[in-house]
This record gives sequence, structure tokens and C-alpha cells, in this order.
Amino acid sequence: MYDLIIVGGGPAGLAAAYRAYQSGLRRILIIERDKELGGILNQCIHNGFGLHRFGEQLTGPEYAGRFIDMLQDTQVQVSLDTMVLAVTPDKKVHCVSQKDGYRVLEAKAVLLCMGCRERPRGAIGIPGTRPAGIYTAGTAQRYANIEGYLVGKRVLILGSGDIGLIMARRMTLEGAKVLACVELMPYSSGLTRNIVQCLQDFHIPLYLSHTIVDIQGQNRVEKAVVAKVGPDRKPIPGTEITFDCDTILLSVGLIPENELTRQAGICMDPHTKGAVVYEDMETSIPGIFSCGNVVQVHDLVDFVSDESEKAGTAAAHYVRCGEPSGGRVLELQPGSGVGYTVPQRVRLNHVEKTVTVSFRARRIFGKSSIVVRSGDAVTARYPRERVTPGEMEHISLPRVLLEKAPQDTLTVQVEEA
Amino acid sequence: MKEIICTCCPKGCRLQVDEMQDYRVTGNGCPNGAVYGRQEATNPVRIVTSTVRIRGGLHPRCPVKTEQAVPKKQVPAVMKALEKVELQAPVSRGQVVLQDICGTGVNLITTRSM
Amino acid sequence: MYDAAIIGCGVVGAAAAYVLSHYDLNVVVLEAENDVAEGATKANSAILHAGFDPEPGTRMAQLNVKGIALAKKICSRLDVPYRVCGSMVLALSPEDLPRLRHLYENGLANGVPDMQLLSAQETLQKEPNLSKQVLGALWAPSAGIVSPWEYALAMIEVAVRNGTKLLRRSPVSAIRKKDGVFSLTVPGGTIESRYVINAAGVYSEKIHNLICQPRFHILPTRGEYYVLDKNEGNLVHSTIFQCPGKFGKGVLVTPTVDGNLLIGPNAEEVEEENRSCTAAGLHFVEESARRSVPGFQLGDAVRSFAGVRANVDTDDFIIGEAPDVPNFIDLAGIKSPGLSSAAAIGQEVVKILRDKHDLPDRKKEYRDGRRHIRFRQLSPEGKKRLVQEYPAYGRIICRCETVTEGEILQAIHSEVPAWTIDGVKRRCNAGMGRCQGGFCGPRVLELLCRELHMDPLQVQQDRDGSYVLACETKQGGNPHV
Repeated sequence: MYDLIIVGGGPAGLAAAYRAYQSGLRRILIIERDKELGGILNQCIHNGFGLHRFGEQLTGPEYAGRFIDMLQDTQVQVSLDTMVLAVTPDKKVHCVSQKDGYRVLEAKAVLLCMGCRERPRGAIGIPGTRPAGIYTAGTAQRYANIEGYLVGKRVLILGSGDIGLIMARRMTLEGAKVLACVELMPYSSGLTRNIVQCLQDFHIPLYLSHTIVDIQGQNRVEKAVVAKVGPDRKPIPGTEITFDCDTILLSVGLIPENELTRQAGICMDPHTKGAVVYEDMETSIPGIFSCGNVVQVHDLVDFVSDESEKAGTAAAHYVRCGEPSGGRVLELQPGSGVGYTVPQRVRLNHVEKTVTVSFRARRIFGKSSIVVRSGDAVTARYPRERVTPGEMEHISLPRVLLEKAPQDTLTVQVEEA
Repeated sequence: MKEIICTCCPKGCRLQVDEMQDYRVTGNGCPNGAVYGRQEATNPVRIVTSTVRIRGGLHPRCPVKTEQAVPKKQVPAVMKALEKVELQAPVSRGQVVLQDICGTGVNLITTRSM
Repeated sequence: MYDAAIIGCGVVGAAAAYVLSHYDLNVVVLEAENDVAEGATKANSAILHAGFDPEPGTRMAQLNVKGIALAKKICSRLDVPYRVCGSMVLALSPEDLPRLRHLYENGLANGVPDMQLLSAQETLQKEPNLSKQVLGALWAPSAGIVSPWEYALAMIEVAVRNGTKLLRRSPVSAIRKKDGVFSLTVPGGTIESRYVINAAGVYSEKIHNLICQPRFHILPTRGEYYVLDKNEGNLVHSTIFQCPGKFGKGVLVTPTVDGNLLIGPNAEEVEEENRSCTAAGLHFVEESARRSVPGFQLGDAVRSFAGVRANVDTDDFIIGEAPDVPNFIDLAGIKSPGLSSAAAIGQEVVKILRDKHDLPDRKKEYRDGRRHIRFRQLSPEGKKRLVQEYPAYGRIICRCETVTEGEILQAIHSEVPAWTIDGVKRRCNAGMGRCQGGFCGPRVLELLCRELHMDPLQVQQDRDGSYVLACETKQGGNPHV
């Protein structure tokens, strides 16, 4: 019987494991499907990680390396090349590997850190043929950085989020020609630094408010047709531009990988596509926690580590002290301008001083306030210079203010000044 | 007058850098922007992250980076220099792969052990 | 010299091969592409139709009903996924009700068992997620769903096991006949055979016309589909058809054997090779499907695809010896219910040979049957035992569909081996799930290279020319900064 089994050895699982160990747990097992720890960071060879946490701009492998090094000095066990097939509500973990066969492991607590998958072409229904040469940006990144292959030589990128931008630079530096980056929205959700260093540096044009309307090519991509979209995001006939390309990279969204979560019967949030979690990252099943991209898609790994440490602490506390019950439970709802909140539920007597609430805005706001209301009463207000969907927001709600909330439901909204 | 977007923080201030006036920077929201604007207009620099071939490692490629930023115009030369490198596993994180790469005074190091 | 050369290894060619392989015949199958089932067989509705649709008295009607009875036996014996889920034709407007009755009468005439005409209430009881506008339905419990490419693969695999020769990458460019023997020109040389069996799908007219007088005209017809996530797979339990009527033939909504939801197809005449999806076509499919099942989530689509079927300018299948060229047997114009009829069509070839007193004895030793290991379907105990015995089944390669390395190796080393990423996919489902091969793609590529001693740069996604990778990194190229 383990104290804690952690599903996933990426940044979330690593930070949580170390914190759980620091909090006194000893029989901790990380189950990782790949041949090494580090998760997606292993293929993110660019820098920009860790500015908040370490005050340095590290590359993905370096960031992961910090945590892997810390774990070396602990007795945290790791099962690599092992896939978790199911997690049951009574915390049995079914997993399989070549080395250890099929095992059913038991734990006092389980932490779900499976990360995300990328949205494929089929989910956005781009018309056209289905030739080779269409990849999600992450798959192209894996080929380039781990296996050492370019997936193509003349590239069109759909989606100007950071993964698409990073791959624009990466492909160019390795000798491909990136013809353009095409973005459906009228703004890019990527970091400005990446727009400058990945597109502008290489004179790669960015087409905002455009999308791909046709893909041509019998066996390999030959052309992509791009058109402007209107405010309804629908293509405007007559605005088509044809690109001669052999590759299309899709950077059109990340989807938390919650197959195991759903199978366990854990309550899901349709907004985040992740588990509904309490203030300490516990899910609707006592003793099962979740953190990282599988709960909400993050932009900065630093906050993944923060969130995961919270979960690791909570899991350790659960194992050592059990589950204190009772007390008021507040429900957080996304209000106007807000897409979702994490956590979705707050148990007041679990809160020491403050609760950190993360959320994303649904559009760009200039000078504004984040307002937390309970009924008509304003529980808290936070001024902001700028709020954008591309950057996750965090607010710290003090317990003393939460206790004063007249109703059990709080809405979080953004109000323009 | 050069227009440069500052990348120091997410605000992304639009800087105006006047080459005629000793690269005076306006439009910056903070002092960092002034420093960045001048550097970017006079001698833009970049950290280069890439991979090199490696034999006998877990993967066929090992990630590397320049320890500091190098002049932007030397990035193609740096990339060319990487092509000839073949490491032999095991390597440790932070190991120097190429010293003073392309005469920039900057070392190329690994970013992981393999 | 061969006794029979089958041109085309879709489900019809594979069925013909399977049936003929039971007899002491030397048979070769010539497939133009690098894998079998690359045409309409891999891009259709995957339905074993009950048989009330074809006009009574046609070969179509007879072969449909016979074909699905045979299919169930074959699928059972060859471990091909299929499910007898029944089908329903909905009446969504008052004019549909007499049409349902007509189909019911058709069905009776064609020998379709156990049909019922249901009231609106009975229909909704059976399928609660149907549109509340439904007025009634024709229910045919004998209909089913199948994996069409696995059906074809299983049949050709067993045929090959029993002596049939399969030549891939062998398009036939010319056919001559001399002294009763056909000479077929393929890239590898010339194949000689006493009989030619034309199972070339959308190309069956072109193949026919290589040596026979033109007799029929193929009208390649494209149909577009959406495949929805398994979360949507339980919206309906049986195959839901719409009544052909003022909106045209209507589209179907059906579960698949893998638990997805399939909606489509539309119908548009195109060039043979036009398997493109169109915005208008997909939109039509969505709108039409919502008339039957309003509540599916398109945002959960896994994939859209199009298939081109061999519609023909006659009212029936073209099955039989060409009148002007003895021993040239057409199995042409096999549109819907082609998949359903395939096994029966295969048997028609045997009938023709028998009628010509040219059918030898059945083989004394026939190695029939097929057992396909599907890790995800085993019980925990079963999984444990399998991995203990064969550790290769302990590594999961495709997370979305829970497909193991062992199954992928099975696919690469089967009797009709996979040579491409999609070839692996069709044989064991790796890459068919939510992420559409984003995660497992590089790993499947690695296994293909390892097992077939290929360079990664040679690996193809599907048909020849669909290379996955362009070049190694660190090759040079001058990025302009």
C-alpha cells in the first residue's frame, strides 16, 4: 500500500511528489508512461521557463531537471514506461508495463497529473483532403527535438499560441521555410516575446482574423487555402489566399487528458474540461487530487509547480490526518467576462489565510477590476491594467472576507473601468 | 525612428527608438524598456536554443543553448556550427559543448544530462 | 500461370479471394495501392444492411440478405468486430409513413426477418435521443455494424494463409487474351491467368474496358462523414436512417463497432480520386443528421472523411461473365449494399465456375479461423496473463485507444503485413482515437522502422507518396534573421 500514487511524471507530478515528500510522506510512487521523467518539458528545448519561480529563464529540460535533481535525494519511487489504465474510486491504480506486467496498486491518496493532448484537425473540421504533412505543433516538436527530424520544408502554421510560435522559429532555424502564421482571432494569444523572437525575427507574416478553409494534396500536403474571417469567425468568400506548402502545423488548443478522471466517476467542469476541485486541489472523491494542465490549461509552468505543491501538501495532509469534514462550502462561479475558475469549490475550514483562485478572461480587457461578488455584496475587488485570455489571472481571496460572504455562491467577473 | 515592441514583461510597450538622437527611447512604461529598446536597436541579441546529435544516448538529439545571448546576426552561423557537433553519451547538464561559439565569447552548453 | 486473377483487394476482392481459397485453385490478387482496402472499403457507413432497401427481384436484394447472414458467420469465425444492433428508418413527416410501409413490403419480399413498423412512442422508447418530431419507424433487428476494413483484411489474410498470392503496388495497365489465357500487365511484369475477376471498385469500368466492350458506366460518388467522440457513441443504439424523400436520400446516424458515432454521407458525383471534404458537404451532413438526432456535439468530432463509391448507371450490381470475353468476370458497380453483399458476391464467382464445370474440389486441408488479440478488451486477469507471456503487450503505444506494442507488432508481421502508419492503424486501431495519432504517431513510426528495417524518411502515412518526414535536423539551411 502506497501513501501516494502520482499519475504522471511531468512538471505537475514532479513538484507534487517533492512537496509531498517534504511534508512527511514516504511511500510515494510516480507512474510515468514515457522512458524518463519530465513530461512535455523534455521536448520544450526553448527557454522562458522559471522566470517567476527561479528568477532565471530556463529551458524546459533544465526546469524539469531542477525537480528531478531534488527528487534524487528522496525515496520517491518511479515506474517509467508504465501506463495507468484505470483509477478506481477506492484508490486502486491499474497499470501495465513490459517490465512489471499488469499490476493493481493501492494507495491512501492518488494525484492525477496527466497533462493535456493537442486538438487535432478532425475536431475543427478543416475541409479538404487528408494527406500526410498535417501535424499538431507538439508532434512536430517531438520529431524535431527528440527524434531529430523535420516534418516538412514549407510550413504553414494555424494558431498563434505559444506552441505554434515556438515551432515557427524552431522549424526556420533548422532550415524549413515557414510561410505564415494564421490566427482565427483578431489577436494572438501568444506572449509578445514570442511574436517578436519567433515571427518578426524571421519575417514570418502573421495573418490575424484568418483561418484555413481548404487543404489540397493527394498524398502529401501541396497547398493550403487561407481566408479572412468576419466577426462571426466564418470565412469571408473572395478573400482566399493560396499557399504552396508541404506541411501544416496546428496549434489550435490543448485539451486536458481526463479519461482516467472520468472513468473514476469524478465530477468534471465543462468549462475547464478538468476535474472540479476544492481549494486544495482535492476532487469530488476524497483522497483523489488533481493538478497541472489536466485541471486547467496553464501558460506558465511556474504556476503549474505552485498549484502542484498545493496538491502535494494537501495529499500528504490527507494521508496523515484524514479528511476533516463539515464547515461551510462556497461555490465559485465564472461571471461576466470570465471563462472558468479553479478551484470551483472552497471549504472554508480548509483555508488557513487565503485561497488562490485562477481563471481566464473571455476577451481582452483594458483598465478593469476583477470583482468577486456574493449576491449583491462585493466580497473583493482587484484592479488590473490589462486582462487577456492569453494570460491566466490569479487572485488571493482572504479567508476573513470569504467568511463574510452572505451567500454560498460567489461569482468572479471582470468589469471594465 | 524604429518601432520596437518591448519583450521584458507582458505589457509589451510600443517603444520608439530615435537613432538620430543617440537611440533615445520613448513609449516605455518602465526603465527596463529604455535599456531593452536601446540594446535592441543598436545590437539585438538572442539566446539560441537548439539540439545537437548525440551517440549512445537515450535519444538521438541532445538539447543545447548558448549560455548568454549572442548577436542576432550571428545566429545563422551558430546554427551552422551546431551541425558538425556529435556528442558521445553520457553527457551532464551544463557541460560545455563548444567554447566561444563563432567567436562570440559565449559558450554552448547542454541543457540536460543524457 | 494462375487459375484466377482478382483485380482489386477491397472487401469484394477480398471476399472473392476468401471464397476461392477454399478450392484447389491457384489465385492471385492484384491490388494497385500499397495496402488492401484503400478505396471505398475504408470510407463507408460500415453497415450490414438488413435488406429492405433494394428492389425485390434484383441481385442486390438477394445478395444483400444472403450477404449479411454470411458476414455474421465469417466475422464470428475470423474475429472481426461486428454487432447486430438493428436499424431504424425514421418517418419525420407524414409523407414518410407510406414510404416506410413500402420499405416494409420490400423487406418482406426480400426475405428480411423480424421487421416491425413502430409508432412514434415505440420509436422514442427504443431510441430516446431521437428528434421528438419522429412519427414512426421501420425497425429491422437483423441489421448490424461491422469494421469494414478489418472484414476485408481478415478475409484476405486467411486466403493468403491458404495459398492465395497477394501482390500490392500492382495496378493493371493492360489486359490481353491469347489462346484462352489472359495476360495482365503490372509494374512487376506480366501475370497470366485463365480467369480475370474484376473487383476494381471505382475503377471497374476502366478495368473492364481494357479488354471488353464497354457495358456500363461508373459514376464515382463521394460521401462525406463525421466521426464523433466515444462520449457521443451512446446517443443511439442502432443505425438510424432517414426516409428518402424531399430532402434527398438523407443521412444516417450510427454507432460504430469501436463506440464512436458516425454521421453521413451526402452524395455528390466526382472524379474517382476526389476524396476531399467540403465545407458545404460537411455542413449538409451536420444539418441533415440533426433532423434525426438533434443533440450530438460536433465540437467532439474526432475526424471527418470522405469515401468515393462506385455508383453505376444500371439498377443493379453487374455480376457475371462479360458477354464478349469468356472467363472475364465482372463484380462491378458494387455500391450500397456492397459491403453487406460482399461475402455473397464472392460466392457468385464460385457459382459461375461451377456452372462452367470449371470448379475443382475443395481443399482437403484448410486453415480457417482467426484470433485477433485486443488488449483493451481483456479482463484484468486476461491482461495480466497476456503480458506475463508476451511482455510486448505490456507497453501501451496508443493511449487513446489502449493499443499495445504487441498488437502493433502483430499488425506489422501479419499475413498481410502493415507497411505504413495507416496500415498499422487499420489493423489494430492505433491512431484512431481522440488525438488522431498525435501521441502514438512517432512511436508507431519507430516500430515500423525497427521491424521492417526502414529509414524513418521512407515511412509513409498511407498511400505511396505520403511521406511522414522530410529530412533530419542539423542538415543545414540558412535561416535569414
